[in-house]
Amino acid sequence: MINIRNLTKTFEVSGQTITALERVNIVVDQGDIFGIIGMSGAGKSTLLRCIGLLEKPTSGEIYLDGVNTSHVSGKELIALRKEIGIIFQGYHLLMQKNVRRNIAFPLEIAKIPRLQIQRRVDELLELTGLTDKENAYPAQLSGGQKQRVAIARALAVGSKVLLCDEPTSALDPLTTRSILQLLRKINKTLGVTIVIITHDTTVVRSICNKVAVIDNSTVIEQGFVKDVFTRPEHAVTEQFLSLELGGEWDE
Amino acid sequence: MNDLVSLLWTGTLETLYMTFFSTLFAYIVGLPLGVVLVITARDGIRPMPALNAVIGWIVNVGRSIPFVILMVAIIPFTRAIVGTVVGNTAAIVPLVVAAAPFVARLVESSLKEVDRGIVEASISMGATNFQIIWKVLLAEAIPSLIRGLSIATITILSYTAMAGAVGADGLGKLAISYGRNRWQTDVLVSTVILLIVLVQVIQTILNLIARAVDKNSSGGESFKLLKRLTRFGK
Repeated sequence: MINIRNLTKTFEVSGQTITALERVNIVVDQGDIFGIIGMSGAGKSTLLRCIGLLEKPTSGEIYLDGVNTSHVSGKELIALRKEIGIIFQGYHLLMQKNVRRNIAFPLEIAKIPRLQIQRRVDELLELTGLTDKENAYPAQLSGGQKQRVAIARALAVGSKVLLCDEPTSALDPLTTRSILQLLRKINKTLGVTIVIITHDTTVVRSICNKVAVIDNSTVIEQGFVKDVFTRPEHAVTEQFLSLELGGEWDE
Repeated sequence: MNDLVSLLWTGTLETLYMTFFSTLFAYIVGLPLGVVLVITARDGIRPMPALNAVIGWIVNVGRSIPFVILMVAIIPFTRAIVGTVVGNTAAIVPLVVAAAPFVARLVESSLKEVDRGIVEASISMGATNFQIIWKVLLAEAIPSLIRGLSIATITILSYTAMAGAVGADGLGKLAISYGRNRWQTDVLVSTVILLIVLVQVIQTILNLIARAVDKNSSGGESFKLLKRLTRFGK
């Protein structure tokens, strides 16, 4: 589904070259819920932005369904972006539009006929449990509800891949669980492949089947969650898992 | 007394005529300029640093010339456009030239208030630049744009009084010709009061509308009625 080969991304910041990602190789299969875990600054957000076609790789390729996405531009790029839905930690909803209009937005810009939009939005409202909130504005919603709107919006045009950038970091544990349940439901019922960027091992444990651990701009370990988390081969992975049990025990 | 009332009434209408059309044309010029300033900026959706710098420079030059001087300096331009340099319609030309750069900056700052993340989210949904400008930047900035409109209108209103010094009519002309040249204090005081009232009315109405259309703040109970009356933002 998503095949990342030798992805390197560097930025020029005031004359200095900063390497955000170095020779990253990841394979995400159709139907996976793939966790990408790493500390802040490890490069995982840049990775998500590259997969989501918001950044161009400096070198290396990203294949989406066999199509090399690294060098497309213009109309092709705009069409390709619709294949991938993204949700963000900060939701990024249109603050001046109500829930219905927010979910309809990607359909409007894709110039879908009004009646079809109406029907599609109704489906999505039901799927995400927001039917009674359709006329509310984002400012009137809780964090969990906002993330549900963002999920509905990201799925509206029928994307095959959903990228999630720290989707639950700003949410309380109970809301986190309900959002993760929603993601799992979407994965199971719609067959949407999900990639989740997180620094939280419980997120990976609760819904991911595969995981990649990123440290210092590169993937240090990847595989099935049950393998990686039970037999970590890398110190950083172990550190993540020990933090899960309460980091202070280590000392 | 009746003479005074009709004098002031005509003056007010002339002032409003100049203010309205100058504001309208200033936005026709300034709004696109403001949009271009935002999208061509380094962090904009279509970075074009050279064009951005040129427009920014023109806007700054336009803003730094005092209005009284600008009015005189562009007399040939005004004559070329309206055929005369005297009267209310002629005054609109320098008013627009002076106000458009100001409007461009107001629009720019309103659009820059729109969260960068919202723009990024719409890019990820496959929005074209035109759709982002129209449906995201401008649509999300509407309350802020209306507050800017309030500032622009009031500034232009005060400029019309200055235009009264060089051939335009309106309350400014009344204050100068009756109040100053003939020492008719009643006219002078009346024009001042009228200008204060006009400013208050414009500001109150536009701020109420801005608050009524703004879905990003609670707005308060008192605006519910206005919301229902205006049905904005639907």
